[in-house]
Amino acid sequence: MKRQQTQKLAVGIITTVSFLVVVPILLVLIFMIANGIGGISWTFLSQPPRSGMTEGGILPAILGTIFLTLGTAIAAIPLAIGAAIYLSEYASDNRLTRLIRLAIVNLAGIPSIVYGLFGLGAFVLFLNFGTSILAGSLTLGLMTLPVVISTAEEAILSVPQEFRVVSLSLGATRWQTIRHQVLPHALPGIITGVILGLGRAAGETAPILFTVAAFYLPELPQSIFDQTMALPYHLYVISTQIPGMPMEIQYATALVLLLIVLSLTLIATFIRSSMRRRREW
Amino acid sequence: MSNPKPKLSIQNLFFTYGDETEALRNINLDIMENELFILFGPSRSGKSTLLRLMNRLSDLSEGGQRQGKILFNGSGIFSRKVDVINLRRRISMVFAIPTPLPGTIYDNLTYGLKMAGMRDKATLDERVARSLQQAALWDEVKDRLHTSAFALSGGQKQRLCLARSLALEPEVILLDNPTSGLDPISTTIVEQSLHELKQQYTIIMVPHSVQQAARVADKAAFLLDGQVIEVGRQKDLFVNPKDQRTEDYVTGRFG
Repeated sequence: MKRQQTQKLAVGIITTVSFLVVVPILLVLIFMIANGIGGISWTFLSQPPRSGMTEGGILPAILGTIFLTLGTAIAAIPLAIGAAIYLSEYASDNRLTRLIRLAIVNLAGIPSIVYGLFGLGAFVLFLNFGTSILAGSLTLGLMTLPVVISTAEEAILSVPQEFRVVSLSLGATRWQTIRHQVLPHALPGIITGVILGLGRAAGETAPILFTVAAFYLPELPQSIFDQTMALPYHLYVISTQIPGMPMEIQYATALVLLLIVLSLTLIATFIRSSMRRRREW
Repeated sequence: MSNPKPKLSIQNLFFTYGDETEALRNINLDIMENELFILFGPSRSGKSTLLRLMNRLSDLSEGGQRQGKILFNGSGIFSRKVDVINLRRRISMVFAIPTPLPGTIYDNLTYGLKMAGMRDKATLDERVARSLQQAALWDEVKDRLHTSAFALSGGQKQRLCLARSLALEPEVILLDNPTSGLDPISTTIVEQSLHELKQQYTIIMVPHSVQQAARVADKAAFLLDGQVIEVGRQKDLFVNPKDQRTEDYVTGRFG
């Protein structure tokens, strides 16, 4: 009888805990929606800020965040996927590759403000890109690398080894095997990792603080060497730097940022599940 | 013809997987063209390892160490100059566990050819049809070539994998237990097709059982603990084995 009771107790606790995890997420969402939904209008989404940012909209910040996310993708994806393929398919287990792995793990642990300072030193000043979309994208890309490399490597390793052996035994080259047997099946996992990484990059403030973000810049950027506004930094500015800022605008801005990041996560989940369903083995 | 050259000649071959255990010890074997050569012995005797060495799939096991030579048509396959990709097309392996690649039956059969750069649809179609006929699978799948290979039964998958190797028109086929998990009827079909295949190919096979070895072998080698104990023609080895260990194994005293 005792074993059954312990069992019930354990299941009860575990179930409760997993529901508790959902509560804060739901609360954040409900809180943001309740306070922010009133501030969202077509004007808010399609106009630049006016009157010391207390009126108008947040269009430059929304577009800035979209540009930065795209830039991050372009900077990080080729590097990350290349590294993941190398580590999982080509590299043998030796001191060098262990060092590379160690570096990747540690890259993931670096605080984002440190990335921001590094971006300032390396891209803005040393490479003379200036405070620009280019410098910001590279900084965010660097920060995104470890996440994307790890998930991509995991996805590549989850492709059954037999497919590789069969492909090689039929006279395919190493690269043909990767191209035709490994990458197609690893793709859903890779895409998921990329989008999750981008979701994180889209919401980061510290790395863009010194590298790209503009305090107030109603004009849209004309090239990758221009500064831009961005949602996370804009949110920081309007909630701490401007006295008398209407609360509704702050919540509405937060809600828009939250929706962008959440929609990226949802897209990743959708891609993963739809591609899993089509898998044959 | 008194002393024809062997198709494959294995000379003083040693192999270890990097750990202490020696997988193969001083293997010497000659395999003639159009011969059905059987490698048999208890599990872990080194049969599959030997097969994997013959088309250098052994390269994939990291830390594997080998000594000695394998000559294919008289030239060494471990030499640096050898194009491994080409070697694997000419000495083709069929694995014990049938593994279709994701995709259709047609995709599977044309994979090796397409990777080799063959694009001509008529030739591909013709190779597909011929290899399926040779593997005794054509009648069962000819109307569903463009459906998933994973929908096939176990026996059909096994023959698909055989056909997939045959489509490359290799010179030597390495068969690692091609009837594992097959029912007796499918086994008979495969064994019958082996007799036709050896007209055209040299076949080296690890059998499912001693009985199967005795049924299909032209020549056979008995392996034990990574060593060749005895080599002989079918009637010698299975009817009058010279070595006591071979006799014990063939008569089922150990296995």
